[in-house]
Amino acid sequence: MRIILHVWRQKNAQSPGKFERYERPEVSPDMSFLEMLDVLNEDLVNKNEQPVVFDHDCREGICGACGFVVNGIAHGPEDGTTVCQLHMRKFKDGDELYLEPWRAKAFPLVRDLLVDRSALDRIIQAGGYITAPTGTSVDANNILVAKPDQERAMDAAACIGCGACVAACPNASAMLFTSAKVTHLGNLPQGQPERLDRVEAMVATMDKEGFGSCTLIGECSAACPKSISMDSIARLNGDYIRATFVKRPLELSGQGSG
Amino acid sequence: MSWTLKFWDSTVGKKVLMALTGAAGFVFVIGHMAGNMQVYLGRDQINAYAHFLHEKAGLLWVVRIALLAAVGLHVLSALQLQLIKRAARPVRYQKPGIIQATPASRTMIFTGLLLAWFLLYHLAHFTWGNAHPAFRELDAYNNIVTGFQHVPSSVFYIVCMVLLGLHLGHGGNALFFSLGLVHPKYRQAVRAITYALMLLVVIANISIPVAVLAGVLKI
Repeated sequence: MRIILHVWRQKNAQSPGKFERYERPEVSPDMSFLEMLDVLNEDLVNKNEQPVVFDHDCREGICGACGFVVNGIAHGPEDGTTVCQLHMRKFKDGDELYLEPWRAKAFPLVRDLLVDRSALDRIIQAGGYITAPTGTSVDANNILVAKPDQERAMDAAACIGCGACVAACPNASAMLFTSAKVTHLGNLPQGQPERLDRVEAMVATMDKEGFGSCTLIGECSAACPKSISMDSIARLNGDYIRATFVKRPLELSGQGSG
Repeated sequence: MSWTLKFWDSTVGKKVLMALTGAAGFVFVIGHMAGNMQVYLGRDQINAYAHFLHEKAGLLWVVRIALLAAVGLHVLSALQLQLIKRAARPVRYQKPGIIQATPASRTMIFTGLLLAWFLLYHLAHFTWGNAHPAFRELDAYNNIVTGFQHVPSSVFYIVCMVLLGLHLGHGGNALFFSLGLVHPKYRQAVRAITYALMLLVVIANISIPVAVLAGVLKI
């Protein structure tokens, strides 16, 4: 099949970018989207041109490394998966595809379709973890977790941190990403001690990194390769309200023992 | 930073305030619509209602100030968040796409600003009377009928009520998310009740200028 690509080419964040047109006359419908780009890059290298830079790793849709926007849709038109698991049979012969990087202030462009998503790592560093005792690992099932809580935690833990939610949001908001981690840990007993501190610290970092605010239009969840639910955003908001209005501050009486 | 300032400063906190003030606005427009419906019970009934409200001057001003504060907070938060959102995407998509978002949800800032403008016109029209051709203090029936006999005003009101419906349709549902009040058992009921109340407000309010133009309500 024949595919016409318009790929965003940009040398670095400082220089201006533009769409470059590439005609691909012989695309196999069985190729994944990234394989199709691999072949394009091979041709470009053979012509002594710079290959298109894009992020990728597992190519199984589970690592969160890949991702760009195809015709305005993060990860392209296939629901519930990443662009590496999008196959060319999803398109028609003669389709014109516009490829753009995730566009957000918090994701500075590195080159072409590659952006720097370390802002998401910094949100996790702010509170997306639990404090666990060191020493020998506890027995399995030592801490009981109700089945509905397990399932909700696991659904939220499926987030691979690809950043498609930010890319799909008209406000470049990272609420779905942040709330997925809040929901994952907040549903488990191990996540309870830091639950309210976590949500405060993660939201503060999210705001500081320059992500936009949430308007609950649902594009993030629709674009999410793991179909993280909008309910997680409601949970984050509820926890944030509790953290602000209910959580007790640390009060040291100065009369401790010893 | 004090905890209240920190809350106000965060995007999540601002959205919580928008949800609370928006909910207050939603409740107000339902009450306002119910009051308006007395126009169908005749001149005496709606005018008696107007007098009743003005007799309770103290209470009226408490409600007015509370509503003014709610609208002020709602608009201020919306504008501040709008600046944050715009700054968050300095380079726009050259080829934008949408998967499922409703037009109402994507145009909240526009419907909101148009409604703020409508609100000022509405006050000037029926409360202050300076935008009304034949305003008579506390003669609500006269003001409604003569006001809506002017076709451009009626059309403007009808258009603005449709915008209000779009704004309430998204806002009325989204506010439950912003307040963390989402539960699978109540999800569908909340949606259905929100949309039903929104449609009730819109249709009932639109019926008044339509009834005036159709000659059902006359001097």
